[in-house]
Amino acid sequence: MNRFKDGSMKALTLRLHDEIFAIEAGSVREILDLAPVTEVPSAPAYANGLINVRGRVVPLADLRVVFGMDRPPADKDTRIVVLETEIDGEPTVVGIVADKVHEVTEIDAASVEDGPRVGMRWRADFVAGIGKRNGDFIIIPDLARIFELEGRNTATDTNNKAA
Amino acid sequence: MSTTDPADTFRQEARELLEQLEGGLLDLERLPGDADLVNSVFRALHTIKGSGAMFGFTAVAEFVHDFETAFDRVRKGRSEPTPALIAVALDAKDHIHKLIEHPDARIAGGDAILTALKRAVDGAQEPAAPQTSAPAPSQPADVAAGKRWRVRFWLPPDALVYGTNPLLLLDELRAIGPCEIAALTGKVPALDGFNPELPYIGWQVDLTAENPHGAIDDVFMFLRDGMDLSVTPLDEAIAEAIAVEAPPVEDVATQPAPAAEATPAKSAAQAPRRAKAEPAAKTAAAEKAGSSMRVDAERLDQLMDRVGELVIAQSRLNQIAAMSADPNLKSIAEELGRLSAGLRDTTMGIRMVPIGSLFSRFRRLVHDLSRDLGKEIEFITSGEDTELDKTMIERLADPLVHLIRNAVDHGLEPAEKRLAAGKAAQGKVRLSAVYAGAEVAISVSDDGAGLNPQRIRAKAEEQGLIAADAKLTDQELFQLIFAPGFSTAKEVTALSGRGVGMDVVKRTIDGLRGSIELSTDPGKGTTATLRLPLTLAIIDGMLIRVGNGRYTIPLSAVDECVELPADAGANRSGRNFLDIRGSLVPFIRLRDIFKTAGDPDEHQKVVIVSSGEGRVGLVVDQIIGNNQTVIKHLSKLHAGLNSFSGATILGDGTVALILDTAHLVGFGQSHEGRGKSEQARAA
Repeated sequence: MNRFKDGSMKALTLRLHDEIFAIEAGSVREILDLAPVTEVPSAPAYANGLINVRGRVVPLADLRVVFGMDRPPADKDTRIVVLETEIDGEPTVVGIVADKVHEVTEIDAASVEDGPRVGMRWRADFVAGIGKRNGDFIIIPDLARIFELEGRNTATDTNNKAA
Repeated sequence: MSTTDPADTFRQEARELLEQLEGGLLDLERLPGDADLVNSVFRALHTIKGSGAMFGFTAVAEFVHDFETAFDRVRKGRSEPTPALIAVALDAKDHIHKLIEHPDARIAGGDAILTALKRAVDGAQEPAAPQTSAPAPSQPADVAAGKRWRVRFWLPPDALVYGTNPLLLLDELRAIGPCEIAALTGKVPALDGFNPELPYIGWQVDLTAENPHGAIDDVFMFLRDGMDLSVTPLDEAIAEAIAVEAPPVEDVATQPAPAAEATPAKSAAQAPRRAKAEPAAKTAAAEKAGSSMRVDAERLDQLMDRVGELVIAQSRLNQIAAMSADPNLKSIAEELGRLSAGLRDTTMGIRMVPIGSLFSRFRRLVHDLSRDLGKEIEFITSGEDTELDKTMIERLADPLVHLIRNAVDHGLEPAEKRLAAGKAAQGKVRLSAVYAGAEVAISVSDDGAGLNPQRIRAKAEEQGLIAADAKLTDQELFQLIFAPGFSTAKEVTALSGRGVGMDVVKRTIDGLRGSIELSTDPGKGTTATLRLPLTLAIIDGMLIRVGNGRYTIPLSAVDECVELPADAGANRSGRNFLDIRGSLVPFIRLRDIFKTAGDPDEHQKVVIVSSGEGRVGLVVDQIIGNNQTVIKHLSKLHAGLNSFSGATILGDGTVALILDTAHLVGFGQSHEGRGKSEQARAA
């Protein structure tokens, strides 16, 4: 996988509900305490908020919705991870909700496997790989793919509604 | 910071030069005898050729070279710039444009244009022209019967600094005819006084050619100021050469004098002409270059973003200062407020571009339309220096093209009809821009037959756009022209009449938060007026609340605010009607379309917004007040939402969405028909 340089990947690990996720550290711009979120009516549930990040209006995405998880209410550990990703080739700043942010760590490339085609409760193409650390599984989501595909679904949804 | 691709720089520069070229050609059509115009056209061509070759656009350079060769005959007064010649020259200009934009594509048609150009030049040749075989400067074939000339030149002291390569100049001279070249090293100082950036070496070129003055002038076109050039017939030159060859090294400053004397009468005769045209243009260009600079539009956007952030931060500070009793804090907040408002205005000013750059593009359009339709048209523009936001100017191009086409095609009558109506055969199309408060009004008017309300009405009824007995004002009728698919033209021409276009105009103008108005004077003409805000980045907004969410409505779209009558709550279908001084206005409950949870406020308000011809009421829980709104675009994740045109950040740092009134009005209107029939059933 191209994101592994020298056999390992620097990643930010965070917890969503009861799973640990890893996001490439290079794409993370900052981590914020939970700020007031403006709800966007009729927006898709996975991205129905907007936040103010230093004067920029940034969409807030909730990967828990994408992965069909429970959404525990925000508590003192809740953070917003602001990261930069490409959506349809356009660099976009997106915030994602994390129930807790753990640490920046090295993930050994050898420990990462492709997500299993079966036996997973999520869409296989949303998972770029699954790593292991201290006996726990770490899910590496394919963010670009998630936003592109979910965005496309949304676009068709609204079109259907309008028709 | 960022390195720019030199080819892009060339393209950008060439685009401007091509615009200048086009402008010059069009002016030349009007004033065929103007030598300055001819020269400016020629200069533009020459610069494109030179920099094209420099940046590797060989195809461009070659094509322009031939173009230039043909046009040289006009410059020398051997041919007249006839309309036919101008038309071909304009085609050639378009071809250059294509070559520059797609350097890799093989674009056909160049040869045909050159042939046509040649024919036009030859055809336009005056019968009394002194020579029949044109001595094209670069064709060595013409040299045979030539005479020998001695060309001596020293480059201006700054030539090397500006990147002039003497070898290329010598190559160009060599292209004029067979040469013998010698270097004149007399001025080279001793090593301790040597400045490697100065061109000490002069060149002596013995050239065999028929009449090389013009060609030599071309070679040194951009260097003449400050350079030392003499062209003498060889026999006369030899004696003087000895005198000039070995000047004392200390005497560099006085050098121009003897060389000027050495210039024989023949080339002296040409001096006045270049003294008049060239330096004037050059100094003007130099001044312009000194007082302005090219900045990447993206950087301006970044600057605007920063200023937007500052304005937001400042309004937060204001809020805090208002709550505090500390006079120091209050005074610094006030000071900062003043500074940031000033900075905002200046920054917006930077993005402003005179609309003249756009207007000049339409001269070509009118020229071509005039030729294609066989209508004589005088195109008058005014207010070119009116400034508008750059993005706005770019987006205005298409709507204005449609309006001008319509004015020419539908507005102006054919010449016979005009004469019959007692008007001059030549039609007038006027394009003007003026400031009107915080708006700019751009109008396109013609002196044609004017709009015919009856015909529009008949057509609208036929197409089912209005009911047969509907009472409409003329203005309302004219707005029907902007309905999709509407056209009253009896015949569809290649240009217009298909009913596509005006609705595009309407949509673009709505998108720019502007409005469009038509007025007409039967028999005297029609005027279409576009009213546009000065900028797209910051607007005045009205802040409203629906449930817990706060939203901004562009204030320019708000007509009025009324209380929602208590009995209007009966029908909860989501759309309904309100009686506003006798006219029915559909209203939308924002709570319903936003699916807001909780109970509505007891006294709901209706904000009546309009977009073009349509009006719609938006039911809100509370009207909070007016605010300055810095528009932020929504990301790709929310691109599918069409109820919102953007978002903004409020004084307390939270984000509020900006309602897209044009969309909401459309949404309200589309349900109007259904609502009306429901109401009819209820009655």
